[in-house]
Amino acid sequence: MNFAVLQFPASNCDQDAIHAARLLGHAARYVWHKENSLGDADVVIVPGGFSYGDYLRCGAIARFSPVMQAVKQFADNGGLVLGVCNGFQVLTEAGLLPGALVRNRDLQFHCEHIFLKPATADSPFTNKIPAGKILRIPIAHGEGCYFADEETLAKLKANNQILWQYCDATGNLTDTANPNGSLLNIAGVCNERRNVAGLMPHPERACEALLASDDGRLVFESIFAALEKKSAAKAA
Amino acid sequence: MKAKIIITPKKAVVDPQGKTVQGALEQMGYKGVTGVHVGKYIEIDLAPGTDPAAAQRALNDAAHKFLSNPIIEDYKLEME
Repeated sequence: MNFAVLQFPASNCDQDAIHAARLLGHAARYVWHKENSLGDADVVIVPGGFSYGDYLRCGAIARFSPVMQAVKQFADNGGLVLGVCNGFQVLTEAGLLPGALVRNRDLQFHCEHIFLKPATADSPFTNKIPAGKILRIPIAHGEGCYFADEETLAKLKANNQILWQYCDATGNLTDTANPNGSLLNIAGVCNERRNVAGLMPHPERACEALLASDDGRLVFESIFAALEKKSAAKAA
Repeated sequence: MKAKIIITPKKAVVDPQGKTVQGALEQMGYKGVTGVHVGKYIEIDLAPGTDPAAAQRALNDAAHKFLSNPIIEDYKLEME
């Protein structure tokens, strides 16, 4: 599988994403934000960081980078896109995902491990996460509080678009387990079509036991499984 | 010619910055403050001879698409 990892000025988790993809046995390459094509990418990662210094709003400027036209086209054609942290912010600003990310409610930057409960296995990003499995994943953000209006939240629930929620070690969606004040403890969502997803936590930083958790592998394995299913369907 | 844009967080969005500033004002002894909302102010300089009506339309577009995020912010545009 070919991973395309975007690079905007001041992205800083692009190397981690490339490393994770290659560690798990797949080809991965960087795509500079000024490029107009994603080549033969099977999946696009929009990485974490502080693109454009978080100026104006996080991801607000990156979303207009030339490469985002190609990403939109890729997504419209059903391609898989995963935004992590700043990448999630870029995708919401670009309108490829619903809602918005605002400043953490306690105004502090949170750099810590949290627990994630997958809300559904019905997506290319969660299909390999065993039922009941709680993921331990690191977060590192100051503006990760997920907001959407009542109507949008209702739609997300009705369409099963909430993919991950912050929880405690036993899977309860408590307020204390919510590091940033996100509504409904939402850590990540997908679009209606389920091919574009974003999350604030960093699965690409949790692919090796040496780094305190390798639960992040399950997100990547879900993507591989989904892509394999797709190519099998095409070959048929 | 100048355009002035004031961007404020929507009421539905939790504004911890505003709350923190409010707390500080109260601690400093300012009485009667019932709310604080922290936003952004952007000034845009326009070339002399720019058509004000066209500029206003263009900047409204820019404010809606880029300078503000309509999901979480409201904006007010003033041409000077």
